[in-house]
Amino acid sequence: MSTTTDAANKVSSAKQANVVAHFIRWFFYRARGDSPFKTILIHATLIVACIIAVYPVLRVVTISLRPNDTLLTTDLRIIPENATLDNYKEVLFGNPERNRKSDFFLWLWNSLSIVSITSVLSVILAAISAYAFSRFKFPGRSAGLIFLLTTQMIPAGMLLLPLFIMIAKLKMINTPLGLLIAYAVTAVPLTIWTLKGYYDTIPVDLEEAAMIDGANRFTVFTNIILPLSTPALAIAFLFSFMGGWSEYLVARVILQKNEAFTWPLGIFTYAQQFTVSWGQFSAASVMIAIPVMILFLYSSKWLISGLTLGSVKG
Amino acid sequence: MASVTYKNVYKRFGDVIAVNNLDIEVDDKEFLVLVGPSGCGKTTALRCLAGLEEISDGEILIGDRVVNDVAPKDRDIAMVFQSYALYPHLSVYDNMAFGLKLRKVPKEDIKRRVNEAADILGIRDLLDRKPRQLSGGQRQRVAVGRAIVREPKVFLFDEPLSNLDAKLRVAMRAEISKLHQRLQTTFIYVTHDQIEAMTMATRIAVINKGILQQLDTPQNLYDRPNNIFVAGFIGSPAMNFFPGKLRKDGGKLVVDTGDFSVTIPDKHAKVYESHAGKDIIFGIRPENIHDADFIPPNIEAEKVAVKVDVTELMGNEIFLYLISGKNTFVSRVDPRSKLRVGQQAQVAFDMDSVHIFDAETEEAIR
Repeated sequence: MSTTTDAANKVSSAKQANVVAHFIRWFFYRARGDSPFKTILIHATLIVACIIAVYPVLRVVTISLRPNDTLLTTDLRIIPENATLDNYKEVLFGNPERNRKSDFFLWLWNSLSIVSITSVLSVILAAISAYAFSRFKFPGRSAGLIFLLTTQMIPAGMLLLPLFIMIAKLKMINTPLGLLIAYAVTAVPLTIWTLKGYYDTIPVDLEEAAMIDGANRFTVFTNIILPLSTPALAIAFLFSFMGGWSEYLVARVILQKNEAFTWPLGIFTYAQQFTVSWGQFSAASVMIAIPVMILFLYSSKWLISGLTLGSVKG
Repeated sequence: MASVTYKNVYKRFGDVIAVNNLDIEVDDKEFLVLVGPSGCGKTTALRCLAGLEEISDGEILIGDRVVNDVAPKDRDIAMVFQSYALYPHLSVYDNMAFGLKLRKVPKEDIKRRVNEAADILGIRDLLDRKPRQLSGGQRQRVAVGRAIVREPKVFLFDEPLSNLDAKLRVAMRAEISKLHQRLQTTFIYVTHDQIEAMTMATRIAVINKGILQQLDTPQNLYDRPNNIFVAGFIGSPAMNFFPGKLRKDGGKLVVDTGDFSVTIPDKHAKVYESHAGKDIIFGIRPENIHDADFIPPNIEAEKVAVKVDVTELMGNEIFLYLISGKNTFVSRVDPRSKLRVGQQAQVAFDMDSVHIFDAETEEAIR
């Protein structure tokens, strides 16, 4: 009996040695041209950077899985002892025992609708105005561009008060429309710059060819420029979506009623005056991150091609 | 099919006059080539006709219609760009059909016309591809095809061959000529390459610094250039020029360059007599300078002593780079010539084929 285990052990250790040898060969093949020391140093740095980036996220996941009575443990395991999905249940469906209703889907809907509409709106507005900035010469063109750029240099905190006053005067406090306008005005300038930069790389010849072919300015824009700008439009949409999705400060100022809350405001209701439900807070955060992750993964193809745009001419 | 007329057309960009008082009448079905060095205004002139630039002054007519204020799409023209300007997101078929779709041509008509054009150009099997999957020559064909399907009154070409390699350029040159014969439509073609101009055009307009220098058939431009610019621009290698003086010597008219002098035959002397005693520029094409051992019969030859600087053997001919005093010049001689580098020799100028220009105005004396 023991001999067979020994034999099995030998085989498996031989297998392990084989795997290690493979890995080392692969490693040095990857590192060809560089000194092994340099390669190890680079990889060590990358691994440390990955841990630093991933650790907080993992902690949030861990906390969301903990039963409420072990919240403050110093245990470092990723999947905690007695892991439970209770926090997720409570966030999603409330807790009838403690007479708590869940507003999670409401917040999610608020966020999703406001941010989607903002992104679509700002991409449409920016797509049109960026075309004007890119192709036409008009008085105030460069001044306008610089003005748009300077708006990006003002920190959001400074804009809070003026935004609040304006939205209040428009009687839109506590309405999704108010937040929508606030988000759109902050998103449009950057989007214009992104799209203008992209339009500039589209050869004017294409438009001239289309105009001789029978297009007017508008059909040129819709039939030639827009289809060619898909990567840039996707990037612009993604940036404004992500900007708005996790925004807290402006939303805090404009929305004060629970029903109007976006999710960043919503999850703060788990932090009350005397107790903080860290478990639910974390569970909500994890679930919130999922739509953005999906969007990000889905659009990563465009994202990469979009970020390197201009370096390659079609 | 239509004639095209430029009437005193000006195009100014700020202080720069890109097109200066251009006056050209292009007949119906003609193949007119606008040729000139880079930045001479030839492309601007074409873009004005296409409606891509607004003219500053004058009138442009297509047929009998003044098109100054007509949008490009309503001018009934088609243009082939230097960059081809194919729509990268559309297939070859859709690229060619684009203009027809915008004009709401029925689908079957579009299909028929695109297929016909594709057959003419031999790109039938490329119709489903995207422009980026095509070679330079194929893109060129698609660009031409896109123009053909429109069946326009006037075809405009803006240096369409300059992005192709030398061999393909020669092939496409012939194809465009064939296309012109087949379509029987007015072609206006811009190029900086005088060989393209000479080989394809029914008439050539030579433009320099925005001003029309001469408008004539290729042969006339070559044989009777109006001025030094046209003489130097048309022909390769270019015409040789020698600054000199025209003087009377015992009843004969003599060109004196300081380093050598040649006598003008009596039969031609009459034309130049008025300029006797004045500064002139004497021009002669390389093929009119012969090795003294191989002078063709029946020409008025004048011998000049030279030193051979460089020889270039081309197989069917030899280019000799010659020095006479301060003048260096090129001759194109019989391939049997035995002249070698460094040799002192005699060459013969064919005095029946010389060009004499006023040194001051640079205009040909006629």
